[in-house]
Amino acid sequence: MRKILFTALNTVALLGLAAVAFAADGTSISSNAALSTAIGMGLAALGCGIGQGIGVKGACEGLARNPEAGGKLTTTLILGLAFIESLAIYALVVCLILLFVKPLGA
Amino acid sequence: MAAGGLEHPVIFLEMAAKGAGLNIPNEVLFAWMAMAVLIVLGIMTTRKLSTVPGGLQNFFEFVIGGLENFIVETMGEEGRRFTAFLCGLFLFILTCNFMGLVPGFDSATNSINTNGAMALFVFLYYNYCGIKRWGPRYIKHFMGPMPILAPMMIILEFLSHLARPLSLTLRLFGNIRGEELVLILLFMLAPIVATFPIYFLFALSDFIQAFVFFMLTLVYLQGALEHAH
Repeated sequence: MRKILFTALNTVALLGLAAVAFAADGTSISSNAALSTAIGMGLAALGCGIGQGIGVKGACEGLARNPEAGGKLTTTLILGLAFIESLAIYALVVCLILLFVKPLGA
Repeated sequence: MAAGGLEHPVIFLEMAAKGAGLNIPNEVLFAWMAMAVLIVLGIMTTRKLSTVPGGLQNFFEFVIGGLENFIVETMGEEGRRFTAFLCGLFLFILTCNFMGLVPGFDSATNSINTNGAMALFVFLYYNYCGIKRWGPRYIKHFMGPMPILAPMMIILEFLSHLARPLSLTLRLFGNIRGEELVLILLFMLAPIVATFPIYFLFALSDFIQAFVFFMLTLVYLQGALEHAH
């Protein structure tokens, strides 16, 4: 069941990408940039969300076991979250450059 | 950065400066304004100090006291002398961030120049503190745990130290700039109704970003001052 689901989803994804690639023939760089910005930011948010979720999960478990460690845990947690978040922020900066500075031409 | 295609918000201070014939960049104007706000608040607070604090004094004692406790908890007693620097950084960034939420105003921290200046200063300052404390032995912070690995570690550590101001700059810039773009986009979709609830979320994230900048500076200072292992 799982395998079939994976295959179906992969096929849909590939078809979607192919449609995008074929449609790209008559489009300009800026519309491609808009598309890549949306996909890139979505992927960055996906990975960042998973990473931060794992971090917060660990912190919650630690806090449930040892409530006295709250202060130190909060510090470490916020630091870790800041570092994970900065990855998504790099993607955001690249997206903003693609959208507004237009290094590849209009 | 020109926001091509997006509505440009009306900014009063920029118009006033243009009207007066001054050609000063927006972020500089608003950084000055944040400084003015903080200085006026400071003067108002310290003009009549009393042993039983009330009003503004109570508020600032709470804020500064909390931050000082946090610094001493993290760095130990020797961190107390950095309280003025760190609290100043925190309050300045917080004021700048919150100013971006007020309609008709702009935040100074949405420009890469302001953030770059602050991050560069933090980088130079913690290295200066480390060198002042350890002298030539400061290089041991870059050499890693084992002498045999030192030639490799020194390159890696050097690069990772150089990445610190970059990541400080980009994190603050991306967060504040992204917030503003989201606000503008939502304002185009449904004015007032859509933007109002998200203000609370952004107020929280503004606070967290100021705190993260403060805390990373604290951790870098701690790393430069503690014994290398």
